Amino acid sequence: MLKDQDRIFKNLYNDMGSDVVSSQRRGDWVNTKEITDKGRDWIINEIKDSQLRGRGGAGFPTGLKWSFAPKEIGSRPHYLVINGDESEPGTCKDRDILRFEPHKLIEGCLIASYAVQAHVCYIYIRGEYFVDGQKLQAAIDEAYEKKLLGKNAAGTGWDLDIYIHYGAGAYICGEETALLESIEGKKGQPRLKPPFPALIGLYGCPTIINNVETIAVVPTILRRGGKWFASLGREKNTGTKIFCISGNVNTPCNVEEEMNIPLKELIEVHAGGVIGGWDNLQAVIPGGSSMPLIPKEKCETLTMDFDSLMAEKSGLGTAGIVVINKDQDIIKCMARIARFYKHESCGQCTPCREGSGWMWRMLERMAKGDATKDEVDMLGDVTNQIAGHTICAFGEGSSWPVQGLLRHFKKEIENRNNLDPIVQKKNNIPYLVDQHLLDKKNA
Amino acid sequence: MSLRRPAKNQPENFEFNSSSLDAANKIISKYPEGKQQSAVMALLYIAQRQNANWIPLAAMKYIAKFLGMPYIKVYEVATFYTMYNLSPVGKHFIQVCTTTPCMIRGASKLVEACKEKISENECELSNDKNCSWMEVECLGACVNAPMMQINDDYYEDLDKEKTLKILDQILKGETPKPGSYRGRINNEPENNRKTLMDYKNA
Repeated sequence: MLKDQDRIFKNLYNDMGSDVVSSQRRGDWVNTKEITDKGRDWIINEIKDSQLRGRGGAGFPTGLKWSFAPKEIGSRPHYLVINGDESEPGTCKDRDILRFEPHKLIEGCLIASYAVQAHVCYIYIRGEYFVDGQKLQAAIDEAYEKKLLGKNAAGTGWDLDIYIHYGAGAYICGEETALLESIEGKKGQPRLKPPFPALIGLYGCPTIINNVETIAVVPTILRRGGKWFASLGREKNTGTKIFCISGNVNTPCNVEEEMNIPLKELIEVHAGGVIGGWDNLQAVIPGGSSMPLIPKEKCETLTMDFDSLMAEKSGLGTAGIVVINKDQDIIKCMARIARFYKHESCGQCTPCREGSGWMWRMLERMAKGDATKDEVDMLGDVTNQIAGHTICAFGEGSSWPVQGLLRHFKKEIENRNNLDPIVQKKNNIPYLVDQHLLDKKNA
Repeated sequence: MSLRRPAKNQPENFEFNSSSLDAANKIISKYPEGKQQSAVMALLYIAQRQNANWIPLAAMKYIAKFLGMPYIKVYEVATFYTMYNLSPVGKHFIQVCTTTPCMIRGASKLVEACKEKISENECELSNDKNCSWMEVECLGACVNAPMMQINDDYYEDLDKEKTLKILDQILKGETPKPGSYRGRINNEPENNRKTLMDYKNA
């Protein structure tokens, strides 16, 4: 288990209070000037050395992302945008940072803004977290009062203003370009990339977008050194991460742990074990609802980091672990996730808009045993027609969980759904879509 | 996508009152000059708060004029985001999360409780016209499942009995205490904490 002194979020459970004074006691805002005095290149290199990967789901190297920002401010100002639109089912880590460790986030914003030369930073928070956003706003006001923000913030000589922008219940706004559209006051529909936001982002200006957790760990990394962070976890999957363990476990919780920790240890030690014992485990969704589930056999030895989960054809995503035990109907669980994606599709690309609803309706029927034999393969076909054919990664996010279900629980679906196909006769008329009409005499 | 329709009975006029105006002007100042369209989401929230928790079409027209943008753009935003209520909801607006992490911990029991206490169907006003409820997608408190949101506050770690009690209090006009209803501290593992013990006991 990770030692307490190596934990970055010491106030994860709010034992000490989140105000600026107690945050300073924990080491926030101490010598911020010394860090910025070492210069932009040092900061970016140190983050590169730490091998920090974005905590929002995609796992893009943070230092590399920052280095994409133009070196000099041209005619257009730079922006830093913090993504706090945490809506992935199974994930609730950013909420705890917003309400219990706001000063880590604010200090991280200052350092990151300095590194990418932004004078304005927008923090995008999902609308449902209104109360938590108010707590962050109180912390921002406190920081202004103590001259840690505003002109010459924290004595660094850098001017920074931080504003909160509330979302309004759209999951898709967690996608970075949809988030920018939303800040601009439009529907949250993702943009085509390229151009990437680092060059043309918010209001057409260079914009760096990072997750709340990514930015909140930055000050600690720079204080303790990139080498320290890189010494935790394993190569390319370094550092610590907040894991959210929910579902059928005895003590669901958020816990900060080292990367590459065994899944079994997370569940057995921190979450108090699976309800009904380890043998009652059916499957685990390892990284928020959009990551394919992993069946029990593989959970024994699985370690939690980006690359080892990728090897299992899943992903770490946001590290929101949903444990599903054998008391649950796995098809129904996935049908509910499909309904989530059907509800949240932004409607811009046809494969996703139509396909997400199609997958949901099929899965609902499969859960009841009302589907025909051939529909199981058809479902797989539909997922393949969505993934990779959309502007943003929502297409993959909505079809991966269904593909995971088909990969590991196909037998279960087939056993429950053995109705004969509607089309019995093979008619050799390839262009006629409604072939079943030929079976009816009066059609 | 979710289907969203404006209410049939619409008020003729809408205007910000003075406190809404102050709040609106403060929000517009957050964004660069000429980019006041960015404030549309926040202004819709202000209109929603002023108008008993829902947004009439007149408010969208007013906001469009206020920000100097086409009405259709405001309409697009108001119909795209699900937190803008386009038809009247109760003064106490209850949203029950039923996405998978909550579902497998018994969110359907919370729905049952709402059906018993408030109304048979979702988005329907209760007998005293003060409450309504609806099922929503993930509210981002998965380790505190099952949970529900009443107006701005989260009520966590619920079961049917506790939900019935909370709803009773709401119907009586009281405000129940938000947070966990199993007495645990925030997101810590209940009675099983193994980390940061020095800070807990300090």
